[in-house]
Amino acid sequence: MLLLGYGLGISAQEKSVPQLAITGNFQIDAASYSKDTAIGADPGSQLVRYNSFGNINVNYGNFSTGVRFESYQPPLLGYLPGYTGTGIPYKYARYHHKDIDITVGNFYDQFGSGMCFRSFEDRGLLYDNAMMGMRAIYTPRNGITIKGIIGRQRTYFDLSPGVVKGVDGEVNFTELINTERASGRRIFSRQMNSNAGASPPLAPLKTQVIIGGSFVSKYQAANDPVLNLPANVGCGAARINIIRGGFNFYTEGVYKINDPSYQNNFSFKDGKGFYASASLALDNGLTFMATAKMIDNMSFRSDRNATNTIDMINYSPPIVKNHTYMMMAYIPYASQLNGEQGVSGEIQYKFKKGTMLGGQYGTEISLNGSIMYGLDTTGIPASQNSVRQFNYSVNYFSIKSKNQFFHDYNIEINKKINKHFKFTLMYSMQYINQAQVQYNTADKAIHPDVYSNILVSDITWKYKPGKAIRFENQAFLTKDTVNAFGIGSWATGLVEWTPSSNWFVIAADQYNYGNPGASGRVHYYYGSIVHISGPTRITLSYGRQRQGIFCAGGVCRFVPSANAFMISISSSF
Amino acid sequence: MNMKKSIFALFLLVSALFSFRPDEHKVPPAVLKKLDGTKINSSDFQNNGKPMIIDFWATWCKPCKKELDAIAEYYEDWQKETGVKLIAISIDDVRTSGKVVTDVKVKGWTYEVYIDENQDFKRAMNVNNVPHTFIVDSKGEIVWSHNSFAEGDEMKLHEALLKVAKGENPEH
Repeated sequence: MLLLGYGLGISAQEKSVPQLAITGNFQIDAASYSKDTAIGADPGSQLVRYNSFGNINVNYGNFSTGVRFESYQPPLLGYLPGYTGTGIPYKYARYHHKDIDITVGNFYDQFGSGMCFRSFEDRGLLYDNAMMGMRAIYTPRNGITIKGIIGRQRTYFDLSPGVVKGVDGEVNFTELINTERASGRRIFSRQMNSNAGASPPLAPLKTQVIIGGSFVSKYQAANDPVLNLPANVGCGAARINIIRGGFNFYTEGVYKINDPSYQNNFSFKDGKGFYASASLALDNGLTFMATAKMIDNMSFRSDRNATNTIDMINYSPPIVKNHTYMMMAYIPYASQLNGEQGVSGEIQYKFKKGTMLGGQYGTEISLNGSIMYGLDTTGIPASQNSVRQFNYSVNYFSIKSKNQFFHDYNIEINKKINKHFKFTLMYSMQYINQAQVQYNTADKAIHPDVYSNILVSDITWKYKPGKAIRFENQAFLTKDTVNAFGIGSWATGLVEWTPSSNWFVIAADQYNYGNPGASGRVHYYYGSIVHISGPTRITLSYGRQRQGIFCAGGVCRFVPSANAFMISISSSF
Repeated sequence: MNMKKSIFALFLLVSALFSFRPDEHKVPPAVLKKLDGTKINSSDFQNNGKPMIIDFWATWCKPCKKELDAIAEYYEDWQKETGVKLIAISIDDVRTSGKVVTDVKVKGWTYEVYIDENQDFKRAMNVNNVPHTFIVDSKGEIVWSHNSFAEGDEMKLHEALLKVAKGENPEH
């Protein structure tokens, strides 16, 4: 029987019968917390906490299915406590064949830039608003895509009270025309003679023009005794993308009918917004990028009472730089869903090898800037920023300096000097109106504006092949000393030793040397050992975590300080 | 009638079990965005029977860029040796996906670059975090993978690639 089966297996493969593949991955992050009065860390009674998940996917030809097991008992400090639980919140089956692609169960997707609809996950941030329902994608011909979705959204280990339904259509005119041209047919020009072979083939178009539109509706029963709330809320968006060579222009406009919610203080005003980005990349290594954005009252959730990152149906892409160095993102800015406007720009250039500024390996330089303002509104008391009244009006595109939320002007230089040394240098000048942006108040006595200068140097010394030491130094310099969480200037140092490419040994310290109070001048030390083997990674670490503001999905939340021993294991198969 | 059906089902199951090799499987399908705005399905990746490297990265990921820079120094040599093609998959979402084309140009990378904006391919390939690198052999099977980047990892990737090009089993 086994032999027979084996024989069949062979012949099945020869006939290229689809292969069954079972794959997956998992990650466990566990921490043991202790009390640390110097930094005000008090973990409470739950000293051991963990975040974990494991995916198993099965693929068989055009069919795939899978589940994700998750457990947080309870989640690590700093994550939403609502995730406490264990279960299988993600399960799906998907079939696609030629022009049809159908998913039942959980799925993630987005329409355009996501201004009306984006279900997304980021396991590291524990951000997950997966849809539970059904999705169908139909591609009748090259260049045309139609999507339909329906379902409820993941809400911790449960589902949202509201139902989300949506359709999206996208046409790539260039692909459509080029496909027709390649096949010898024509759509926009009539065939002049019946002998198709006689007409010369037309060259493919080089400029891509892609147009799309979407409509998303959510339904949530409305039986408020006081307010006449809309049970159905619709959101529509239209977009265009033009691409030619290194040039790319994208813009999307969005409109949402009145959608009173906890987040907008049950305002009955409609919502609108736009996002535009243009980039140009020249062959000589010079690139430009510019973005602009305005949103007004664009929080859209499948539960009108939800807060934080829960039940968000849409996404408002931030345009400020996504910094990776800790001090650069010390007081981060997140999209203000109730209203914001701003622009950003970036120029990058690589000085070529062998030139004076390029040296032996070339030098990369990047200049980036962004500035964000609140909307110029009437009908909102001065003491409030984004807390709206029932109705208010907006003077669109009017910019008032008192409404400035944030700016960040920065420069970054990347250079490899020789076989042994490379470095990154970075400087940033930042301003944040944290009272309005992070605390929804106009009280600047408690949450003053913060102006800061931030410096980073990151040097890698490769002392032997496969062996390196990296030194990272960062400084966050500010004169603004009164601040609800981090106070005054900070210095950070990090040493990362790679004795072989399977191991990392890291020691770091963040020092709040500018704290006006002596007891606040604390060292936040941290050490870790990382072992990597193929797809597997094991991390052991111990240290203090700084309290601060943590932003994801357009909202920020407070993360408490902690003193923890942590172990993290992740792998895939 | 029922007997025949169940025997057939058993045959299918057994043959499926024997064709299953946990360490080697084909590149799963997912729709990705090309930099020119058109789309490509990952199951259509091919390199005329030569090996491929699939490298997941993001514009905000320093180690990813270090890895792709390190490979770029040797890429031409590797191509001559093995005919390899590197496909760089950016997992940038809308916030930063506009930077993919400018970063690639500044870096001067000559890789094939696609954007996995909705992270469908990342999920299908079971990537937890970036950078994550895979080698696909001449039959289109994924035979090697590695998470993260340390200085010198490009040499390990090269060793594995040479073995794959010879049809040998690459080991970590």
